[in-house]
Parts: sequence; C-alpha cells; structure tokens
Amino acid sequence: MILWIQQSKAAARDEFQEELVIRPLHSGDIYASFQFRTLWDTDFLQEGQKVSHYRLFPKSLGQVLSKFSVRELHISFTQGFWRTMQWGQPFIPSPPGAELWVWFHDTVSDVDGNWKELTNVLSGIFCASLNFIDLTNTVQPSASFKPLGLGNATDHRFLRYATLPREIVCTENLTPWKKLLPCGSKAGLAVLMKSEKLFHSSFHSQAVHIRPICQDEQCSSKAWELRQTLNVVFDLHTSGQGKKEWSLFKMFSRTLTEACPLASSSKVYVDITDNPELSPATPLLGQAVVLGDRRTYSVYDLSRAETFGQLRSFNLLLRWKGDSDMLRPLLHAERYVAGFGLQTGEIHTVIYNNHPYRAFPVLLMDSVPWYLQLYIHTLTVTSKSRDNKPSYIHYQPAKDRHRPHLLEMLIQLPPHSMTEVTVQFERALLKWTEYTPDPNHGFYVGSSVVSALVPSMVAMRTNFTQDQPLFSSFVPVKEESSYFVRVYTEPLLVNLPTPDFSMPYNVICLTCTVVAVGYGSFYNLLTRTFQVDEPSPPLSKRLANLIRRMRGVPLLT
Amino acid sequence: MDGTLFRSVNKFFIIAFCLDIKSYKSFMHRPDSFFLATKMAAPLTLLLIVAVTIRAVLFRSSLAELISARVEVVSPLNAWKRVVEGLALLDLGVSPYSGDVFHETPLMIYLFHFTVDYAEIVFIVTDGITALALYLSIQTYNKDVFRKQKYALESDRYSADCLELLRSPKEMFYIPLKVAMFYLLNPFTILSCVAKSTCGLNNAIIALFIFCTLKGSALLSGILLALATYQSIYPLTLFAPALLFFLQRLYIPVNLRRSSFWFFTLQYAFMYVGSLVVITGLSFFLLGSWDFIPSVYGFIFSVPDLTPNIGLFWYFFAEMFEHFRLFFSCVFQINVFFYTIPLSIKLKEHPVFLIFMQIAIISIFKSYPTVGDVALYMAFLPAWSHLYRFLRNIFLVSCVLLACSALFPVLWHLWIYAGSANSNFYYAITLLFNFGQILLVADYFYAYLRREHHLTHGLYLKKKDGTEATLVLK
Repeated sequence: MILWIQQSKAAARDEFQEELVIRPLHSGDIYASFQFRTLWDTDFLQEGQKVSHYRLFPKSLGQVLSKFSVRELHISFTQGFWRTMQWGQPFIPSPPGAELWVWFHDTVSDVDGNWKELTNVLSGIFCASLNFIDLTNTVQPSASFKPLGLGNATDHRFLRYATLPREIVCTENLTPWKKLLPCGSKAGLAVLMKSEKLFHSSFHSQAVHIRPICQDEQCSSKAWELRQTLNVVFDLHTSGQGKKEWSLFKMFSRTLTEACPLASSSKVYVDITDNPELSPATPLLGQAVVLGDRRTYSVYDLSRAETFGQLRSFNLLLRWKGDSDMLRPLLHAERYVAGFGLQTGEIHTVIYNNHPYRAFPVLLMDSVPWYLQLYIHTLTVTSKSRDNKPSYIHYQPAKDRHRPHLLEMLIQLPPHSMTEVTVQFERALLKWTEYTPDPNHGFYVGSSVVSALVPSMVAMRTNFTQDQPLFSSFVPVKEESSYFVRVYTEPLLVNLPTPDFSMPYNVICLTCTVVAVGYGSFYNLLTRTFQVDEPSPPLSKRLANLIRRMRGVPLLT
Repeated sequence: MDGTLFRSVNKFFIIAFCLDIKSYKSFMHRPDSFFLATKMAAPLTLLLIVAVTIRAVLFRSSLAELISARVEVVSPLNAWKRVVEGLALLDLGVSPYSGDVFHETPLMIYLFHFTVDYAEIVFIVTDGITALALYLSIQTYNKDVFRKQKYALESDRYSADCLELLRSPKEMFYIPLKVAMFYLLNPFTILSCVAKSTCGLNNAIIALFIFCTLKGSALLSGILLALATYQSIYPLTLFAPALLFFLQRLYIPVNLRRSSFWFFTLQYAFMYVGSLVVITGLSFFLLGSWDFIPSVYGFIFSVPDLTPNIGLFWYFFAEMFEHFRLFFSCVFQINVFFYTIPLSIKLKEHPVFLIFMQIAIISIFKSYPTVGDVALYMAFLPAWSHLYRFLRNIFLVSCVLLACSALFPVLWHLWIYAGSANSNFYYAITLLFNFGQILLVADYFYAYLRREHHLTHGLYLKKKDGTEATLVLK
C-alpha cells in the first residue's frame, strides 16, 4: 500500500494539458487548433538508467528518445497549403507533406546512422513513408533551425532536417497519432477528431514536438515536453455551406461531453477579437499577444461541470459577419518555377515585408534535390528593383545521388517591399530506375523556409495604447516588440526530361550494335590483309583435281 | 619484251619525278625561305582574320547565349557556365569540388581566375594557336613524308606502277593551310569557341603536343602529353604514337630485345610520368586537397551525369539495368583505350596517322564528347586527301554527318521544348552520328592501308589469268 502511494507520487510528476483554439477566419473559413501537452521531469538520456515506468508520456516515443539520444524532435504531417494572405499566420507553421527535424545529443558519434534508424522507427510509429528520408533529402541547416528547448547548442552537425513534400497525410497517420494521447480518442478534446471530417477540410496538419524545457525559473531541473498539435481549417463552402455560421457539431460532427480525466487542464478558447456571436456565452475572457497581435479569447473550461450545461454536452455555436479588417501578415513568401522546356529553369522566391516602416532581416533556407543542378552564380536578390546583397550566405552544393543543395541566406527586407530571390537550375536526366512511378507528374521540391523576427504590430497600433497609461507606452515593451515567425512557401513541382521507359533492351542492343560496328570494322582492318580475289575454280574442275590428286597426277590450273 | 619496255618507261618517269622532288627539296630548303614564308603567310593571316572576325561577331550577337546552352557543344565537363560556377563557389569559400557541378582541373580554375574577364579573347587566341600548331605540324609532317617517299623511291621499294599514288609537292603545298582552315572555319569549332567550351583549350594542348612531337622535342612533347592527360585522361593513348614517332625519328628499331629501344622508351615515359606527377602535385598544392581526382577523373570514368550529348554513353547508362552498370561502364571505357595496342602494332610505321586514329577514336567513344572534339580530328582530313580515291563511302558518310548535325537541334527542340517527341528521337540521331563517324574513320583507315598495299604491290593488280583483279581483305 505504501509502495503504491510512493509510486503514484513519483509518477505524479507528469502532467497533461489539452486545449482547443477556434479562430474564425476573415475568409469565412474556420481554424481549429488542438494542442496536447505532456510534461514529464524524467531524463531519457541518463546513462545506465532505463526509464521503464510510463504513465502519461507515450512509451513508444520515450524509448525512441533514449535509444537514439534525441534532444529535440519535431515532426509534422500536413495535407494542404496554409494560405497566409487569407488566413493570417498559423500558430504552428508546417510545410505541405512531412517535415522532420531532430537535434541529437552531442554524445552521438554516428549521427547519420542514428538519423537513418530513427526515420525508419518513426515511419513505423506514424505509419508514414518517413523511411524515404535518406541522405539525398537530408540537410543540416546552419542557422534556420535552432533548438526550441533547453540548451543552446549551435553545432549543426547534430541537426538533421528533411521534408517529404509529396507525403500524403490521411487516416492511417491520424490513428497512431491519436494513440499517443493519454486518453486516446475516448475522452476529452480528442473525441472531436473524426477522420472523415478532419480530412474533409482545406488544411490539415498534425505534429509532434518533443523538447527539454525548464521546470522552474531557476532551471534547476529539466523536464521533457511532448506537444501534440493538430491544426485544421474547415472550408466555408465545402463544410460550412457558404454560411459564416459554425458549431462544433458542424465542424467535427461531434460535441464535447467531458474533459480527459487525466488532464490537469482542459480548455476551449475562441478568438472573439472580431466580435462573433457566441452561444453558449462565457464570462471567462482572456487576452494574449499572439504572433504580434493582441487577441481576446472566450475561455471554456471543460473541467467545470457548468460548461456542459444541462444537456451534458457542449456544442459551441459561432456566427460572425466578417467585415472587419484582417491584419495583413507582415511577412509572407511565395515561390514558383519560371522558364519553359525541360532543360533549364529558374526558381523564384518572393518575400513580402508588409510592415509600413520597419525593415527586418529574414533567414531564407532552400533545400533543392540534386537532380536540379543549381547555379549559385546566377543567384540574384532584388528588393525594390535594386540589388540586395545577402549579408550571409551558406551554400552547400549537391552531390549527385548523395546529398541535396542547401542554400541559406540572411536578407534584409526593406519596409513595405517585395524581395525576389532567383536562382537558375538545370534539369538532370536520371537513370530510368530513379524516376517515380508517374514520372511525367513531376518531382516535388520541398518548401523554402523563411524564418524571421518580425516587429510586432502591437507597438504599431495606436488604439491599444489609448487605454494604457501614457508613461508605459512610450518605448514599446521588449517582449512584444518582435516575435519569431516561420513561413513556408509552396512546394514546387518540377518536370524532368524522361527517357523512354519501355526501351532498356532496345537501347542496350542498339548502342552495343554501334560499338560493335566500330569494333568490328577496326578488327577487320587490323587482323586481315589485302589479297587479290581469286575466284574459286568451278566445281567440275575441283572434282577433277581431287581425283588427280588421288591419282598423283599434276593438277589442272 | 613487253615487260622490259614497260619497266624502262617507268624508270624514266620515276627519274623525272625524282628530279621534280629535287627541285621541290631545293625549293623547300632555299636559304631565302623568306619567299615561302610570305607566300604562305598571307593566306594564313587572312584565314586567321576571317576566323577571328566570325568569332568576334558571334560573341557579340545574341546567338552566343543560345549556343552556350546547346548540349551538343558543351558537356558537363567543359561548359563555361560550370567554370563560372566553380569560380563563384571559390568566392563563397566553398570548394568547387564539393558539389557536382564543377569538373574542370585545378589548373583551369587557376587560369580562369585571372582571365575570366577576358575569356572571349582567351578562347579566340586558343583556337588560333591550335590552328597554327596544326598548320606547322602538318607542314613538318609533309616534308617528312616527302623525304621518306624519296628514299623509298631511290631504294626501289615502291612498286613500279604506283606512280599516280606518289605525292607531289604541288598537291601538298596547300595542305597545311587547308588543315588550319578545316579547324578554324569548321562550324563545330566556331560553335565550341563561341560557347566558350574548354574543349578548345584541350584541343590546343593536343595540337601543341602534336607540333612538339613532330618537331622532335621529346621533353616538350612529354610535358604537353602529360598536360593533355591531366585535362581529360583519354589523350593517354597518344603516348604510343608519340613514342613510335620518336623511335622512328631516331632510327631506333621497335625491338623488345634492344637496349636502345628500352632506353628511349623509359626516357620518354619518365618525362611523361614525371610531368604528370608534377602537374598533379601542383594542383594539390593549389587547392590543398585531392578532391579533384574523384571529381574530375572519377566523373569521366563512372559517367554519373546523364545529360544528353552527342556520345553513346548518356542514354545507354540512363537505360541500363542497375546490376550491369559497372560491367558496361568498364567495357565502354576499356573500349576507348583498347584500340591503342592493335593500332600501334599495325601502324607502327605511320605514327602520325596513328595519332589521327587515336584522336578520332577518343572523340567517338569518350564519355562526354562534344562537337569540339570532333572538329579536332576532322581538321586532319585534308592531310589525308591523297587517300580520297580509296574511300568507299565518303559521300554517304558526309551526308549522314551533315544531316545529323542539322537534326540535332531539331529533335532536341521537339523533345525538350515542344514535347512532341521523346528521348528516343534524339538518341537515334546520336546513334546515327556516331555510326557515321565510325564509318568515316574506318574508311580512312581502310584507305590508308590499301594505299600502303598498293605502294608495295602495285596499283593495277592482275589475277593469275591476267585479268584485272579486285583487292579484298582476307
């Protein structure tokens, strides 16, 4: 009995939180973002001590962390493309397809080996084709991906980053992801995750982020944080029948009945900055500065019984006009391929700084597969039709069939400008076995990543400073003055020239024939000598000579 | 009776011919060779001016960009775009060999590091040097041929009725100029130069090597051969003809039991290998790493880049079954080098023709051929103009080569830009083009051997029964 109490006490050092944020979007679509956070103050990386007692933290991930000495792991599966200009910034950005980046512990000697095994294990855990991650699509960004958790490792030898832009995300990826939750999909917010609804949407992204964080302010003890996020945008027309009127039931075809019993907190936030009509209403309001913008939220606490009312079910209704101004995202990027034909091309990346008066630097990272041969001397960066020389360029050229190109640049974006980055490439002809099963569909090139510290809009807005004391608002508060944003561009689809796939035998035969013609004619001339062509005597003569030879008489000539 | 009359008449002709030779000889060795120089210098200068003008005009036109993107003209090994890329990588502090775009040798980087702004002039001058070197080489060679012909006639080694096969100073007079013209005004060379393909530089090195060899300078020849080998590996096979030439020049018989033979062979091999080691060492010290070895020579041998070109490798290895790849790349590479041994045995008396054969075989069977390579061996064709009567299918071959040259851009456009054809179309043309080249070279080889046969056995061969005979290979 005492032992059991002690054990539960020890295990109680982990906690689980769940929350759902609903934000009505300006376009009439609705954005729902789930976050599940598990904290556990154990040490997976301790030598000689095996963590074997798991409570809330999923055992499969814990074992992966300790086996491969992972310090930080970020994985996301995304279907659809986040439209920044229509929807604003997402809470957690992710590129289309699968993205995986991992910081290994600096005791790891064979990082590439660990990475290879890790991707295979993760591909099993998430039922995804992460096993297609190999050296040809893995890069080590030098500046764009810093650890988000504890520790300030800067040696990017221990970082691996890979994307699979072609990865298709569907139910089979969602089910194992849900299984990692302490309550599964039995209780709590996860009840809403019904796959036929989630995947009938414009955007769907699920992610797992694991990082070590500080337990307290002094950072005397370390804890592991597992954050599972799921972001989904429901379309106004396909799911909402064209009306800016949403409810939990309309979105997920479920309602909430209880919080997850294991969760220490379980909340639903609704963004009411643009004054939508809400029912049931809640007296609880919260304010937060999210992505440089001050937002107001209605908070529903699912751990309180009154949230569910008499029907013992919580169905949130939300209606809005949507005629208020949307804050234009300050940073926005897009990308396309220019040129025609299958020989060369040009990648254009356009980055917009919509801030009216502040310039800020951005880090642009591009990872381009080896079969597009980049010519770095053709790199041009222009802002406001003037040359804008990047202050930092990290370029690692590709090795055929071994590693991709990696291009990282620090570019200063002038205020209210459009910066265009172009680089030319040549398309390679591949071996016929290296093409995907539908080669004429084209090859995907992963999104480029724009990371930046963007100056906050809060400091810019005057109406917020009005209800604040004057003495507090002269110099913008530091925490609010800028915020970190990562923007992913569209992945590219590039066509490559293809050989004729039905021809291998013919080509081998024909080429060998030509080589043999060469060899044969030389052999002929080298080994034979010129002789006068004497016609062979007629048959009768030869017969006569044969008889004469037997008789021993001189032969006829 | 009949025979003796014929013989005496023949003798008369030969003596008359020898007189002619003597006059030619005295003409060639006149103390005031100024006359000759001026007589030939004018057309040569004119030719150079025309060639430079054409190139300069093309460099200034919008065609230059179009030409420099043509896969027939530039290969991954020698594209100017890649040279610029290599220099840009150096500027970024990245080793040019860390990627798979740059495949030039370190000395090339060093050269263009200083001359990148004058690249157009460099390439024009290089072409001029190549032409001049070829001109002087062929001039020397012709004198040599003439001298040997005279000795052969004097020692009665030639058959009596082969008078019309003998070469006269008159027909040989313009051959060096024609050779220079064939190189400088060949559209292939012009395209290659305008595209700034470094193939032009390799050609210049090979031409200078031939020049030094024919002038008899073993040391310079060894150094230039090492340089050519360093640039593109394949000229390695030119070692044999150069060695044979020097042996012949020094009257050392090719006899494995003779010490003088071994002495000279080792001496020449030492000069060659020594310079090769020095050049490679120099490259190492320029860059401080051996990265260029796999990036240049590994790239040539393993053919990882399958960008279409006029050669046989790209489509073959794009369509190859994975487990046969190594086998076939060995076979195809050995194929380039293999012909050296039998050809050296067969043509040991004729090293210059052997050089021509080797260059032609390299340009047909190398892994990344361009039209610039083709232009180099085609420049030699006027030197063999006396073989014309023995060529069997020169008309057919010329038609094939001309048609293919015209069809390359057409089918490329259809495949890559219009999308109405596929890779097989372009492949078919490369196949035909190489087939044509093989026929051309084999034909010249045949003609050369046949002429030699006729020189010793007489031109009008008779059968045993006295009727006119046909000559066959048996």
